[in-house]
Amino acid sequence: MIRPFVTLGVFIAGWWALTAFIAIPPFMLPSPQAVGAAVWTQRDYLAANTLVTLTEIILGLIAGALLGGVAALGIAASPVLQRWLMPILVLSQAIPVFALAPLLVLWLGFGIGSKVAMAVLVIFFPVTANFLDGLRRTEPGWLDLARTMNATPALVLLRLRLPAALPAFASGLRVATAIAPIGAILGEWVGASSGLGYVMINANARIETDLMFAALAILAAMAITLYVAVDHALRRLLRWAPGA
Amino acid sequence: MAPPGVEIGNLGLRYAGASIFEDLNVTLRAGEFSVLLGPSGVGKTSLLRIIAGLEAPASGYVRATDGKPLSGRIAYMAQQDLLLPWASVLNNVMLGAALRGGAKDTDKAMALLERVGLHSRARTLPAQLSGGERQRVALARTLYEDRPVVLMDEPFSALDAITRARIQNLAAELLAGRTVLLITHDPMEACRLGHSLAVLWGSPARLGPPIIVPGAPPRALDDDAVLHNQGELLRRLAGLAA
Repeated sequence: MIRPFVTLGVFIAGWWALTAFIAIPPFMLPSPQAVGAAVWTQRDYLAANTLVTLTEIILGLIAGALLGGVAALGIAASPVLQRWLMPILVLSQAIPVFALAPLLVLWLGFGIGSKVAMAVLVIFFPVTANFLDGLRRTEPGWLDLARTMNATPALVLLRLRLPAALPAFASGLRVATAIAPIGAILGEWVGASSGLGYVMINANARIETDLMFAALAILAAMAITLYVAVDHALRRLLRWAPGA
Repeated sequence: MAPPGVEIGNLGLRYAGASIFEDLNVTLRAGEFSVLLGPSGVGKTSLLRIIAGLEAPASGYVRATDGKPLSGRIAYMAQQDLLLPWASVLNNVMLGAALRGGAKDTDKAMALLERVGLHSRARTLPAQLSGGERQRVALARTLYEDRPVVLMDEPFSALDAITRARIQNLAAELLAGRTVLLITHDPMEACRLGHSLAVLWGSPARLGPPIIVPGAPPRALDDDAVLHNQGELLRRLAGLAA
């Protein structure tokens, strides 16, 4: 528990030494004190924009997890759906999300919608792929047992294969949580009127590097906190699965 | 209702070009424990899976001696307990009802858990049970299905000797009157539980002449018939290994 903070302390100390002893211009690398000061003086502005980005990420996570979960269940349940959905799934990853960002902003506007859509696009695949993998790897002994019990296929999917695949679903969700900020920030870079990505682009144009670093630090802290929270919640929910 | 016997005739099975059985014939007598022994890989589990309807034979038939279909009248207990780790002991016992969509009979499940001595653990998760307790839950789950024919594939092989002897007594008592096929590697287990014992051997596999053990199971560990037949069984199995 103490180790990440030691790492962080060493990192900040190194950063401080770099700015204190080497003449790097502050517009290229501001000192930790300057970034700290920017966080404090601009706290209202940063807080409002952090809230926007956090909302985008959480909405994207919920929508992406639901969509990915439903898609994986559909593919596992029906060969017809599998033939139709698999190409779409692969296509959604073959087109780089960077290339889609301007289009999504054009269609869904400068507001939160296009950013949530970007996050969903990034999240959808790892959730679906991991969950589907889990649904396809049900312990064969359980399926044999279910057959001798004259189980119905729908109930086997719902009460046996689905719970058995939850640890795999959780793996997908962890990856999704780690990469969801990419989608949201990318959407904000392309076109937005609020959010941490918007703050960064603006600060960059005005050479307010200390503010840019402040936004970056907040984004990193938010992403890590979110990941730790999701990971903790999943572990609690899946206590029965060792190592999940 | 009296349980049916199971008649297996002209059974053939091939795996990757090799013949596992050819023209295998055997009858499991109604209401008795039939025990099957034999070297690893000879096809015991395949035979059990065919009877359970989990695998299709290349030829031959499996049918009930009363002429009615066997499907829905067989319960299956594997070497692994196959308990669902996310479900409570009670819900594991009632798994069949959950997977068929029928009403769950909690009273019946609790009564069965009482008989296997685990009713106080009904709300626990399987991970908190010992190996012997888990196998007892699996036994309760098998009994909950209330099928006249029960197939068991080395269900007690992973347990220590004392626990195994106890669960053998329990199984003999609770499964009495049903038509049971038990696969085992343990000659002592075979002689304690079986009405008739047979050794499956060779390639393609065939059945040796059955040994009929007198007296009702579970027989005492030092019962004369148990000791005598265990010796005979070991001689037969050793003869195959030589």
